Amino acid sequence: MNADFTTEELAFQDEVRDFLESEFPAEFRAKLDVSQRLSKDELVRWQKILYQKGWAAPSWPEEYGGTGWTQIQRYIFATEMGLIGAPEPVAFGMKMVAPILMTFGSDEQKQRFLPDILESNVWWCQGYSEPNAGSDLASLKTTAMRDGDEYIVNGAKTWNTYGQYADWIFCLVRTDNTVKKQEGISFLLIDMKSPGITLKPIVLIDGHPEVNEVFFDDVRVPMGNLIGEENKGWTYAKLLLTHERSNIAGVPRGKRRLRALKRIAKDTDDGFGGNMLGNASFSNKLTDIEIQLQALEYSELRTLAALSVGKAPGPESSILKVVGTELAQEMDELFVDLAGYHCLPFVPEQFEDGFQGVQLGPGNSAAAALTYFNNRKLSIFGGSNEIQRNIISKHVLGL
Amino acid sequence: MDFSYTEEQQMLQDSVQKFVQKSYDFGTRNAILASDDGYSIENWQLFAELGWLTVPFSEADGGFGGSAVDLIVMMEEFGKANLVEPFMPTAILGGGLVAALGADTQKAELLPRVMDGSLQLACAYAESTSRFNLASVTTSAESEADSLVINGSKIAVLNGPGADKLLVVARESGATADNAGISVFLVDSESEGVSIQAYTNVDGKKAARIDFDSVTVPAAQRLGEAGGALAALQAVIDRAIVATSAEAVGALEALLQKTVEYSKTRKQFGTAIGTFQALQHRMADMFIECQLARSIVIMAAMKLDSSEGELEKTKSVSAAKSRVGRAIRKVGQEAIQIHGGIGMTEELDVGHLFKRVTAIDVMFGDADYHTERFASI
Repeated sequence: MNADFTTEELAFQDEVRDFLESEFPAEFRAKLDVSQRLSKDELVRWQKILYQKGWAAPSWPEEYGGTGWTQIQRYIFATEMGLIGAPEPVAFGMKMVAPILMTFGSDEQKQRFLPDILESNVWWCQGYSEPNAGSDLASLKTTAMRDGDEYIVNGAKTWNTYGQYADWIFCLVRTDNTVKKQEGISFLLIDMKSPGITLKPIVLIDGHPEVNEVFFDDVRVPMGNLIGEENKGWTYAKLLLTHERSNIAGVPRGKRRLRALKRIAKDTDDGFGGNMLGNASFSNKLTDIEIQLQALEYSELRTLAALSVGKAPGPESSILKVVGTELAQEMDELFVDLAGYHCLPFVPEQFEDGFQGVQLGPGNSAAAALTYFNNRKLSIFGGSNEIQRNIISKHVLGL
Repeated sequence: MDFSYTEEQQMLQDSVQKFVQKSYDFGTRNAILASDDGYSIENWQLFAELGWLTVPFSEADGGFGGSAVDLIVMMEEFGKANLVEPFMPTAILGGGLVAALGADTQKAELLPRVMDGSLQLACAYAESTSRFNLASVTTSAESEADSLVINGSKIAVLNGPGADKLLVVARESGATADNAGISVFLVDSESEGVSIQAYTNVDGKKAARIDFDSVTVPAAQRLGEAGGALAALQAVIDRAIVATSAEAVGALEALLQKTVEYSKTRKQFGTAIGTFQALQHRMADMFIECQLARSIVIMAAMKLDSSEGELEKTKSVSAAKSRVGRAIRKVGQEAIQIHGGIGMTEELDVGHLFKRVTAIDVMFGDADYHTERFASI
């Protein structure tokens, strides 16, 4: 038993490190260091840098312009990206709709959509959840009725992330009301510029309109935008949900944040002449997290080792989702603990591009509470942690 | 032994409940928060007419009685409604400092105006590097003839933007964290050299960072003995801690109640999610947290009203703040989680209550700080 990389893998790690060191723009790193968001243009710029290098799509097969990397190489790449804080490609196109297109799309659909995803020319968003279909996704009610060679779509989707930037949306829609709920669902690609689509931003408790409701009012969609067969959408989507869970453990990001916590703790006065790294309560919590992160890292490596010998990702990946998200949330609490009074000012504009306001607290302390609020979503989305525990109890424990 | 409210406390509770029911729904509250002042001046006048602003003060000072138990009766109701009016900064902190430290003439000048609703106060004690230690004061007050000159910076001044007068904690002598040498001064917000940077807190309340650049204050504006204010400041803050902890208990109970109601109506997989045992047990745990938080706040309030020694009182206050802080994280997070996505939106009161209790958790020292303070006494 060993957890070592081979000589080739170590050389690859060096190559990735050197590339990221020299090519990940310093101004992006500076923004991320003070918890500012990158704009759409900046994310696209970064994605195009990766594209030029041929590394835009680590998880895609070579025939579609992917890297053709092994599981271990992909892991190394994701780790190095996470450690320096370089953003992964926005998942909706690259990691969510693309695998569906490759597996179930027609040749025409592949040629039409995949190159623009690879090059980050077209931005996708997801149309799954509905106001009354969250964890119980299959009970969705948005309908697509056939009318000649078109569908007419009516209904509403919600929790649509970054829909305000998107050119296209992939949707689950109901095409048959007379069968079991999972069997009447189809997978449809819809141009966001289609007449009849309206977007209503939802402001979250951190003050940021990150998600939207999307309303469809007699939206006409060509039949050619149907993926695969009608009423097979649920099967396709289930595959996609497995993809959504990969990399969810967030170990590299966790390591980076742990380093930040240590650094900030050292710079934070305890009010008695010392600093917070020397505070026993804080330091014990930090240590617990560091240890938990190691347990998570080795759990991920065990999953990875299984994947790299060709085993399919099993329900065990639910462990990575549950522990990864809950650990990230515990770290959010520590950032709040450190910031103390400095986390109280509510200045959501500070995360926007070109914020010129006065800094109210040291470092990014004013971001601590807002990040704590925003990241409550981690245990809710991507299959809530309750759903993940259901998967473990049903499919692993056989209960 | 009797944990029931007196008739007067019952009336006070009824009075707040009636007001909230009649004129403080979620939409009204949000509209008040969005206004320039961040609170309703009409409501404030009404609070004065109803006698609420007299509750923190002793009968000798012209108040309702000033018991801590009276205060928690009120604050719990404020918490349930997530009330935004600056009761704590003006009446409990500001008024409390005047009552604790002021000479008779100062009290006679200021307290009636606090109680009739015509004076807004704010207490500037925290500093950028003081964390939660009240004795850590770098803002200086240096004697110059019959005056003092104040220099320094204060953060997290609640009600700072709307206050007519500031109670400024400054050091007249000693090193940064010495217990001796700390005084409290009454400073007009409009004084030369005072610059107020106003902002809104995560819970929607107005606050400020306030810089003092050679602000000259007549020695007569000092409250109490030169350099001897720390014990009184500590005692006033301890009362504020019990009051805000009671507010948190009210808010947590509101979060629990809203979560239970939601779980009965939200249907997934063909059934109300409240029928799932996994969620039932978590809501039962939320209930247990709320009850323990309430018990320890009652304990602390009763100790403050008792003839126990100061150390015993301080210790019970820290016990309450620490335990309530842990309940805040647990109940707040579970309320959001069980609501799911909708709990994370500005549209629902759940998120607003979550943010308010999170701010209370930080105010006057978080759970870890008070656990350590408890252990050190």
